[in-house]
Amino acid sequence: MKHTLVVLVENKPGVLTHVSGLISRRNFNIESINAGYTEEADMSRITIEVDADDEYELEQVVNQLSKLIDVIKIIDLTGKDRVHRDLALIKVKASPENRAEIINLAEIFRAHIVDVNKETMIIELTGEDVKIDAICELLDDYGIIEIVRTGKIAICRGPKAAKDV
Amino acid sequence: MKMTGAQAIIECLKKEDVQVVFGYPGGSVLTLYDALYMSEFPHVLPRHEQGAIHAADGYARATGKVGVCMATSGPGATNLITGIATAYMDSVPLVLITGQVAVPFLGRDSFQEADIRGITTPITKHNYLVRDVRDLPKTVKEAFHIARTGRPGPVLIDIPKNIFAEEIDFAYPAEVNLRGYTPISEGDSRTMDAVFDELKFAQKPLFFVGGGLNLSDTSEIMRKIVAYTGVPTVSSLMGLGCILSNDPRFFGMIGMHGTYAGNMSTTETDLLIGIGVRFDDRVTGRLDQFASNAKIVHFDIDPAEINKNVRANIRVIGDLRWTLEKFYQKLQEKPAQEWQDQFKPWLEKLSGWKKEKPLMYKKDTDEILPQPVIEKICEITEGNAVIVTDVGQNQMWTAQFYGFKHPRSLLTSGGLGTMGYGLPASMGAQVGKPNKKVICICGDGGFMMNCQELMTIADLNLSVKVMILNNRSLGMVAQWQREFYNSHYAHSCMRTKADFVQIAKAMGVPAVRLDKKEEIEAVLKKAIFSEGPFLVDIRIPEEEDVLPMVPTGAGLNQMILGG
Repeated sequence: MKHTLVVLVENKPGVLTHVSGLISRRNFNIESINAGYTEEADMSRITIEVDADDEYELEQVVNQLSKLIDVIKIIDLTGKDRVHRDLALIKVKASPENRAEIINLAEIFRAHIVDVNKETMIIELTGEDVKIDAICELLDDYGIIEIVRTGKIAICRGPKAAKDV
Repeated sequence: MKMTGAQAIIECLKKEDVQVVFGYPGGSVLTLYDALYMSEFPHVLPRHEQGAIHAADGYARATGKVGVCMATSGPGATNLITGIATAYMDSVPLVLITGQVAVPFLGRDSFQEADIRGITTPITKHNYLVRDVRDLPKTVKEAFHIARTGRPGPVLIDIPKNIFAEEIDFAYPAEVNLRGYTPISEGDSRTMDAVFDELKFAQKPLFFVGGGLNLSDTSEIMRKIVAYTGVPTVSSLMGLGCILSNDPRFFGMIGMHGTYAGNMSTTETDLLIGIGVRFDDRVTGRLDQFASNAKIVHFDIDPAEINKNVRANIRVIGDLRWTLEKFYQKLQEKPAQEWQDQFKPWLEKLSGWKKEKPLMYKKDTDEILPQPVIEKICEITEGNAVIVTDVGQNQMWTAQFYGFKHPRSLLTSGGLGTMGYGLPASMGAQVGKPNKKVICICGDGGFMMNCQELMTIADLNLSVKVMILNNRSLGMVAQWQREFYNSHYAHSCMRTKADFVQIAKAMGVPAVRLDKKEEIEAVLKKAIFSEGPFLVDIRIPEEEDVLPMVPTGAGLNQMILGG
């Protein structure tokens, strides 16, 4: 089962390597990992999607990560009321004849066309991963040249910050 | 006070009450070494950086203090790796100071540059690269704090050359403030009630003690708990010495080379209480058959150890100094006699197993067998020596046949199984415990891996007694080849014309060869009671096995017995 972990860490060089290195050397499977600044200057937030066989494996991931000195807090957002997003930029073949169809498709998915030229378009889409998977499947018919995705980021609904959960 | 980074480090070491550092100089740490020289700070110079770190490790294990080791950048630092991993696996508190190329040279593959922070990330509790001299005192303070608190471990500080020379206004911080690091000391008293309730209904409980007791110096309270309840007790390799070896409730080591009674008891127990253990695969054998009839209780300071290998029904997280005291108090709600009566049939069953199948070896031989040699060393030292082993057969025979009486009296590389550990670690132990008899028991293979440290031992006139159980082979490797690879001795034989006695003498250590059975006692006594270092090259047979043995992939009750 996939779990979304929020890992709050000290904003120092090398911390992301520490976290990702620990996960790989402990033989856990990372689906996606994402790091960025937060509302606090000295804290970064890493969102990890990890595939755990059972609760024991997940517990090990969390407990082993917690041992890192630069890890401040880990919150498992799985099952919590949350918003999660993935951003994708998709470069797709778009001949003048196909263009209107693709624009239509993009509108249905509330995606943005951020670049067009004679042969291709770039589509920007944010959403849950299933939504991005769906548009990719449809665009495949036109010929996808390149996809770049950020991986999942997630945040809890409600007034509290994850660090206070 | 104005001082250089190098002087600041020495001030920090003094504030941390460091008595001695083990280290090896080189280009990047010359400024630091100059400051050591000027301040006359005690320093041990081994002959290899690996010797330095194993010595610091032996010092830390023997004394309970933080071991400190210094090396230069690049090859100096990378020579520490095996020692860092050794300390990490056995949770030994070390602070390692490595030199690094100057900040402007970082990342350019400069002369003697290695990314030691990157290299040591998986094998340190924490590590630092200091880029600003003003961070130095705070970093050292944190490093010692992290190394010695919670579950101990090695912490590395990498310091670029220019930082040693730059000036700061020195002030040592009084406190450490790390929001991501709050080591657990106390636990949850309610867990004691749960353990108490389980024990009340158990018929066949078993205490399984480990290295955590040695690290936290809690053997005394554990001995009280064993005496009060009469619960049979077994140990991991790292837990030896915590319980008196001849205690009638103690049944020795369990695992791959564990005792018959110990291993059988894990199969039959209905309540296994692991205390400061990490259920290593060398202990459990086949996991699904380990204590499969038992509920498991796990005492540990590190929450990540719970359910890592063996799933616990009750977790008792906290420092053993707290949890064992609380547990002992809780146990007193029931009188000692009642506890002992409850477990008497079970204890008798284990005693029967022990009597039926004790640790054995051939008695009717003219050869010098390693087992009686170890027993003789124990007899001569009255079990009071600090025993440092290398890795392999010598280590297992020592674990089986030296009757340990004291905590911190067996220093051995348990987790990583580092050959070459014994000699330098015994050197460090003797530096830390100058009034104790320190005996290094090693094989001929492991001895050669760091034999250069004999020279250091001779220079410092350390009273280390080196006992080489010499079987002209990599004994444990050969044993496995004999057992599982059709006796194909693929590169495990070391038949050589070299002479360890001459090697020792050339390095300044008196030595003799022991090859006559009737001379065992006299030679060992001479070695052990002599002043200063001594080496005995003990010629044992080539094909002597460590038994019992549980083959890999088998359950602990599927032992190959010996004798």
